[in-house]
Amino acid sequence: MNKDISLVVNGEARYINVPADKTLLDMIREDLNLKGTKKGCDAGDCGACTVLLDAEPVNSCLVLAVEAANKEVTTIEGLAKGGELHPIQAAFIKHGAVQCGFCTPGMVLAAKAILDKNPNPSVEEIKEGIAGNFCRCTGYKKIVDAVLASGRNIQG
Amino acid sequence: MSENTNANKDYAVIGKSVPRIDGREKVTGAAKYTGDLSFPNMLYGKILTSPYAHARIISIDTVEAEKLPGVKAVITHKDVPTLKYGISPARWDENIFCIDKVRFVGDKVAAVACIDEKTCYEAMKLIKVEYEVLPAALDFLTAMDEGQPQVHDEYPNNINTEIHQEFGDVEQAFKDAHYVRTDRFLGQRTYHSPIEPHSAISMWQDGKLTIYSSTQSPHYFQHYIAREFDMKMGDVRVLKTYVGGGFGGKLEPTGLEFAGAVLARITGRPVKMFYDRHEMFAHNRGRHAQYMEITTGVDKDGKILGCHANFKMDGGAYTSLGIASAYYAGALLPLTYEFDNYKFDMFRVYTNLPACGAQRGHGAPQPKYAFECHLDEIAKDLGIDPIEIRIRNARRPNTVTPNEFGVNSCEIKSCLEMARDMSGWVEKKGKLPKGRGIGVATGSFVSGAGYPIYRTNLPHAAAMIKVAEDGTAATLYTGAVDIGQGSDTVLSQMAAEAMGFVYEQMKIVAADTETTPHDFGAYASRQTLMSGAAVKQAGEEIKAQLLDMAAVILQRDPSDLEVKAGVIYSRTDSSVTLSFADAAKEFFVRRGPLVGKGSYAPPKLGGKFKGAAVGTSPAYSFCAQISEVQIDEETGVIDVLDVWDVHDCGMVINPGLLHGQVHGALYMGLGESIWEQVLFDKNGKLVNGNLGEYRLPTALDMPRVHSGLIDSYEPAGPWGVKEVGEGSTNPTMGCFANAIYDAMGVRINSLPLTYEKVWKALKEKRELEQKQNK
Repeated sequence: MNKDISLVVNGEARYINVPADKTLLDMIREDLNLKGTKKGCDAGDCGACTVLLDAEPVNSCLVLAVEAANKEVTTIEGLAKGGELHPIQAAFIKHGAVQCGFCTPGMVLAAKAILDKNPNPSVEEIKEGIAGNFCRCTGYKKIVDAVLASGRNIQG
Repeated sequence: MSENTNANKDYAVIGKSVPRIDGREKVTGAAKYTGDLSFPNMLYGKILTSPYAHARIISIDTVEAEKLPGVKAVITHKDVPTLKYGISPARWDENIFCIDKVRFVGDKVAAVACIDEKTCYEAMKLIKVEYEVLPAALDFLTAMDEGQPQVHDEYPNNINTEIHQEFGDVEQAFKDAHYVRTDRFLGQRTYHSPIEPHSAISMWQDGKLTIYSSTQSPHYFQHYIAREFDMKMGDVRVLKTYVGGGFGGKLEPTGLEFAGAVLARITGRPVKMFYDRHEMFAHNRGRHAQYMEITTGVDKDGKILGCHANFKMDGGAYTSLGIASAYYAGALLPLTYEFDNYKFDMFRVYTNLPACGAQRGHGAPQPKYAFECHLDEIAKDLGIDPIEIRIRNARRPNTVTPNEFGVNSCEIKSCLEMARDMSGWVEKKGKLPKGRGIGVATGSFVSGAGYPIYRTNLPHAAAMIKVAEDGTAATLYTGAVDIGQGSDTVLSQMAAEAMGFVYEQMKIVAADTETTPHDFGAYASRQTLMSGAAVKQAGEEIKAQLLDMAAVILQRDPSDLEVKAGVIYSRTDSSVTLSFADAAKEFFVRRGPLVGKGSYAPPKLGGKFKGAAVGTSPAYSFCAQISEVQIDEETGVIDVLDVWDVHDCGMVINPGLLHGQVHGALYMGLGESIWEQVLFDKNGKLVNGNLGEYRLPTALDMPRVHSGLIDSYEPAGPWGVKEVGEGSTNPTMGCFANAIYDAMGVRINSLPLTYEKVWKALKEKRELEQKQNK
């Protein structure tokens, strides 16, 4: 059974006819063709599919597409404006928080969710905030450094 | 922590933490991985696997599946070549699809190609496979016994690989020893768990096959795919886009490439195949579980006189890269400490479990855990400080191991001393409160394997550089594979340095068997040294041609000219300069494309005994690690507080990336030390084939990391480089086990060092003490 839903994706209104059992992740990747949101496990473990749903970070593999109806979705493609990187993205590059990059889109959005609520988080608060996002390459240290630094940048 | 001590050398581009060349694409989500690609008219494919650990296939009926709307092809062993394959040429034992029997839960039986993923899953349910279930060999410690089920009829007693090596006279060394001690340890199965699942997209055009794959080695894939389908290598193109981590798990072609290629040929359409997370665990090729018995004889000062390593490893159902894993397990053990007498016995045993292969540190981390624990026990028995016994035995530069590996640069003693000073070892050792402990261990690894996986006289690496026609940019073409470690960045830095150009104007085309020159790929920590050597040569060829042109333009002798960071200048007259771009543009106008090429082959390395090739390398990295832990006596919970990691990895091209490798290696080592293990039920079924229950560590689990570097220069490497990414994994498990012992006086002899094991050991220790007090 399909449903018609309307939602806002990265600031643009979208109208989509979507099967009721389709996940938000699959809708983002297949119907919206936004491939920056990654499928790492499809089970809510890895966090690579993290997007912001009405500013809250969610594993988009655990959310049905129809649950996003009338809501606002932010994916990694929605962060850079006019070719200008979001400060978190710039900090990830500067601090070497990127290796293979597969967790990066979800990690950047998880970081945005932390900083949107608290622009000056402690190291522990950052670790708590990204604990749902696995990174197999970096050991998280440079990711934490990047989030700390971008918090300061956004503030200053 | 410490700054790169090579940075003060007069280099314009290398030795600097330039940002990653792919950073912007990766942070914006623009970076495409194989699973993100799609092609017109593309189908989706899935592989049906065995639900039994060991069973005879009686029949396979695909009729119902073929009738389902949306199904375009269903294939079994009847539709594919029956030639056995495997990444190790010494033991090809795998078929695209099982013919007579299945050998583990997850073994490949059939595959489908359909219009979408959903139809694939429905179609697989309609394939009827009749099995006769057989008893399974699930315990590698008993699988060699008489009467055990046979995994492969060709390999009696389930022996996949048997190794017996002896160097010097171990028996005599034990006779001469002041003290001889034996300890036994058990390692667990772990899995690489890259965050990107494996994907492959196969397509045919005019009899030629193209495969986009999440691969660590397009070359080996091309070689083995061509062999399997009896094709010319030139008719097979393998390439990758971005790869989301590998750690050894994406080094060999899988059913995704083999079955996908057949499905694409039958349907005449591109076919995308992928593993879901559970299928990744089932495909496995991760770290072997190893049983390790080590006996060592020392003199009264703790100097090692001889060592006998007697190991067994759980190979799973197929060879994969396991022959090399088995040899590596023993071959790398005598690297960090000097001794002359060494004996290594090993059986790699087949079981009805997923096949094991190469995982970061290949074969070496578990033996290193065992040896580092064993050495601490010896030090304790002799009353020697753990760092002191390691310094007394530490390998020196320009020495040869008993198994004939030549070691050039080696600063392990300095690594130990620096780690000791950074960590405050002297103030802490023996003085920490109960529950708090400090431990030390060392590691070492090859900087590229001395010989390729299959026998060939191809150079190990090659590179080309093309300067743009107007001279403002240059493109490096390399077969080296960036799987996240940053080789695209490091090799671009090296190219710019060698050419006298700037990093910011470098572009790179990598890892495509059609457009880039040959390279064996990302494994054995080989690319900075080997691919780097080829890149350096290519850059120097550009530089020579450019300066020759500049000499004509400036009317000076070429030997008077030098180029650095995009500027050509005279060595004798500072008023004479010319831009790289102007000279390069003029070169193109007068002489055609400005192209440089390079290639690298290591010198002939190693001895003549059986298995002598495994572990040879032009250079070896060394490191020392110290960790401080806090143990909760009530619960056994281990809190790793701080880790000090000090490396001798030669000249550092990009300190930022290097520390990233160290942190990542520590992270993997931490997971394997305390939480990670692949578990099966009594029928050989995976019970924790997902990232949550496998217990991948999160950001909250990471200790504070302090990484330091020892200034060193490796004569065998371009600009003095050697490896860091894998060697850093080696000390961690032993380091933590030693810290736990220091904290609580209990020795955990098996991996992972779980809270439960610590709790149980503490309980047993308490009970023993109470009994003795009565």
